[in-house]
Formats: sequence, structure tokens, C-alpha cells
Amino acid sequence: MRVRILKDPFDPWQALSDYQREHLTTRGRFGATAAFIGTMRDFNEDKSVERMTLEHYPGMTDKHLTEIATRAMQTHSLMDGLIMHRVGVLEPGEPIVLVGVWSAHRAAAFAACREIIEDLKARAPFWKKEQLPDRARWVERNTPG
Amino acid sequence: MAVTVRFFASLKERLGVEREQLDAADIRTVLDVWNAVVENEPLPSTALVALNLEYVQADAAVKDGDEVAFFPPVTGG
Repeated sequence: MRVRILKDPFDPWQALSDYQREHLTTRGRFGATAAFIGTMRDFNEDKSVERMTLEHYPGMTDKHLTEIATRAMQTHSLMDGLIMHRVGVLEPGEPIVLVGVWSAHRAAAFAACREIIEDLKARAPFWKKEQLPDRARWVERNTPG
Repeated sequence: MAVTVRFFASLKERLGVEREQLDAADIRTVLDVWNAVVENEPLPSTALVALNLEYVQADAAVKDGDEVAFFPPVTGG
């Protein structure tokens, strides 16, 4: 399982492909791959959003994402997983987060992918600040789902 | 006792402080740390507290060399 915090834009599809090629090397070993990609919108709560700044708590983010990933690996008997999360300044359309998991069967992959992103949103110390046309605002809470 | 105190996101902006070294004798809990650093404002009920990178409640005990962080609800993902 790998966890990465990224300061620069990334291509989640390329990252998934690269990780699978490098780490899931035995052909026919996994039967299911599930991925969640969160992308920055240009609107939130009826306001146009021009860009966003993602702050985090270095050290604590890595620690908690690793714990979340390790727990999901054990609970769902995953073969492997990949979590990537952006920080810094983001433009609309840029990927924010990637969760990718590999397992023998689809039930574990779907469940683990959902569980990881929900745990991440509830516990990992990241904060979003949105730049609106006339002002900046901190996002106070995540949407329910 | 010396403790590193950190604030993040909207709390950091509002209080105007990012990091502070607190050196005081009468500190027992993370709530004591808040009250020593932030004057005239109670710990917000929505604030989250971390002690050495782990979530804790406000009554968690601190010791010399600890890092205490206060921040608003998290909004990643």
C-alpha cells in the first residue's frame, strides 16, 4: 500500500496504471480493481469557485492515511492499495484525491474503496479554502456523500 | 514544561498564530495549553485537538516536549 501527498497536479489514471504495473506484477493474481477520484468543482453551495487552496498537517496526514489504508487492507483482505492527495493551490477540474484498491473479488474492492475515502474525509487533517469571485472562504464541512 | 503549539486553517487565520513554543509550569492538559496561548477565548466546541499527531479530547494530559495542535473540522478528499 502506498500513500502520497502531492504538491503538484497529477494524473490519477496514469498513477493507477503505473502502480499496477510496478506493484501487482503477478498476472491473474487480482480479480477486482476499484478506484475513486475526487475532482475540484467550479461551484460549491451556489457559489462560483475560481480556485482552491488545500492546507494539511504534515506528518499527521501521512500517519492517518497510512493507518486508514492499513486497516482497510486487513479488514477487506486487499492485495494492494494506493492513496494520493493533493495539497497547495488547485484549479477547477484538477484531481484532488485518488483511492485505488486491488482485491480478489469485487465486494472487497468496492467496500474498501468507499471505506477509505469516507475515513479520509472524516479524519485526515486537510482543509479547503475556496477563492470566490469576491472573497475567500474556508469550507466548514464536507458534503454528506 | 515546554510544549509546541500549532494552529491550522481558519483557526490559524483567526487567531493570527501558526506555531508557538509554550514554556509554563502550570500546564496539565491540552485545554490548559489552549487557555495559556489563547487569551479571552474558550476552546471552540467544534475544534479538533491532536497530541503528537493523534486525536485526543481536551482533557488529555500533556508532558514536556509534546506537540499540541488545534484545528477546525477537516475537509479533505
